[in-house]
Amino acid sequence: MHQIPQVAYRRSIVLMALCVLLVLIAVAAISLGSISIAPKRVFEVLFGMEPSGQIDFARDALVITQIRLPRLILGAAVGAALAASGAVMQGLFRNPLADPGLIGVSSGAGFAAAVAIVLGGRFLPDAATKLPFAFLPMAAFVGALMSTLILYVVASRGGRTSMAIMLLAGIAFAALAGAGTGWLAYISDDRQLRDLTFWSMGSLGGATWSKVAVVVPMVLPTLIAVPFLARGLNAMALGEAEAFHLGISVDRLKTGAILLVSIAVGAAVACSGLIGFVGIIVPHLLRLSVGANYRFLLPASALLGASLLVGADICARTIVAPSELPIGIITATFGAPFFIWLLLRRGPEFAV
Amino acid sequence: MTELLAVHDLTYQLGNRKLLERISFAAEAGEVLAIVGPNGAGKSTLLRMLSGEEHPTEGSVSIGGQKLASIPQRQLASRRAVMLQNSRVVFPFTAFEVVRLGTEGIGVGLSRRDRDQLALSALANVDAEEFAERNFLTLSGGEQQRVSFARSLAQLAAGRTHISPQILLLDEPIASLDVRHQLALLEHARTLARSGNVLVIVVLHDLTLAHTFADRILVLRKGKLATIATRNEPLSRDLIEEIFEVSIAAEHCHGTPWRPLDSAHKAGALGENQMPRAVLSI
Repeated sequence: MHQIPQVAYRRSIVLMALCVLLVLIAVAAISLGSISIAPKRVFEVLFGMEPSGQIDFARDALVITQIRLPRLILGAAVGAALAASGAVMQGLFRNPLADPGLIGVSSGAGFAAAVAIVLGGRFLPDAATKLPFAFLPMAAFVGALMSTLILYVVASRGGRTSMAIMLLAGIAFAALAGAGTGWLAYISDDRQLRDLTFWSMGSLGGATWSKVAVVVPMVLPTLIAVPFLARGLNAMALGEAEAFHLGISVDRLKTGAILLVSIAVGAAVACSGLIGFVGIIVPHLLRLSVGANYRFLLPASALLGASLLVGADICARTIVAPSELPIGIITATFGAPFFIWLLLRRGPEFAV
Repeated sequence: MTELLAVHDLTYQLGNRKLLERISFAAEAGEVLAIVGPNGAGKSTLLRMLSGEEHPTEGSVSIGGQKLASIPQRQLASRRAVMLQNSRVVFPFTAFEVVRLGTEGIGVGLSRRDRDQLALSALANVDAEEFAERNFLTLSGGEQQRVSFARSLAQLAAGRTHISPQILLLDEPIASLDVRHQLALLEHARTLARSGNVLVIVVLHDLTLAHTFADRILVLRKGKLATIATRNEPLSRDLIEEIFEVSIAAEHCHGTPWRPLDSAHKAGALGENQMPRAVLSI
């Protein structure tokens, strides 16, 4: 009888390796920083074990539970959301260049954030001072969802959603939002301009349990639901008509995927700013090693995206410690050359 | 007894243009039905109506007595498989994965291993086992077409565990194939039909192959059903000349009523007022 292809085994090995990688990076993220904490103590604090030494134990415990752990969880959630959403978007748009920003999430969030930063202080001085951390993310989240909704309505006609129209409308919308942000930047003062610039480069700074409590419930449903999209996205790779012939409800798939992605990425962008490149590089990196099957690509993307962003965050806060770099700079500085290197050494069988 | 496929008074309108007009026919499992006609006659559009991808403006398509639009999508996917003209796969899926996709979510009581096996036998059926592990995107056009055919075979095989008889819709399935694989594919489709459980509907351009492999030939012209030819009543020379606007040198040959076309006249050699000529063996 014929031989069953062996790719599946290689894939489960890759998945396991990614799990191990995430654990290692998580431990590193908690132990490294302006105060360095031994991995042994990290475990003692996290699992409530008997401390082996008392020196600075209370301080370290505080740093771990109040600063680094929420930041780690936030970083992992944002990274997983961006990477898995990127993979979903590429499948949905049947386009290797698609990223989570394509459905207007980033442009909408960016414009709303600019409105909040520049105009928020002028017209709602109370809101800006009383809700210093919640105001900006809330505005960004609303902006993200609104823009996705607008694009979705533009692209849908008679119960069918055209991905090509959505893509084109998304480009137009991004230009408009960019122009709007430009107008606001023009009228902003120096401090606002600085806030705007740093927000647009992304940061996990200021991660707190309350932020985690807001973001994780929005990202988690996507991460749980996304594997159920795998069969549909695989079929979509053959074309929309073929997906329909194979019994996929194409329009339900589109609506569901867009909804899930806009909520997860909207929440991620809202709390951490614009972090580019994770959504596009991670799925391609995995396609090069484990192939295009979404059943593996989606969980693997989430795992690798989480590792990558947490890793980038370690760099962001250690390179110029005790100060911090915007994380978007790190992901692009290291991500882009690595991606190009990967493309250079692609095998003869690789084609997208 | 209700027919497996019944098309009743089907009209499809896009804006003001009627792409298909008042088409009616019925077909049973066990039969190979070819659809022929000049470019733009509505062949692919008709196939899209039959697959359920588009709904007729007027009239209806029924499968097993049930209106196509009312058949649940998964049941429909078990009932009929479709092979389109050119599958444009994005991302590096292997040929095996593409074929395996045909079996997913279709049929009942199939384990993962069963589906793997269905995909592999389908690949073997089209003589494509050797490139099972290759990236679909790096295959030649003809190889891709064979893999796409294997995918529809795998879909039928999986669907058979759920529902029977079934329908196989092929849109110009041999456009990129070499002669050997053209004949092999059509022969395979005919064998499938002869098993008695499958109705094969195939859009073809080659009239001789249509006559060789099909039991009946639906001739479309400008969205209308011009005629239905059968084995006993093949297309007449006059009709072919009228519909396809070519002049035919029909050549009778002993034994088989139709044999592969002898391309005696190259298109490049045409004069200004000369009609393209084709030689048909009848």
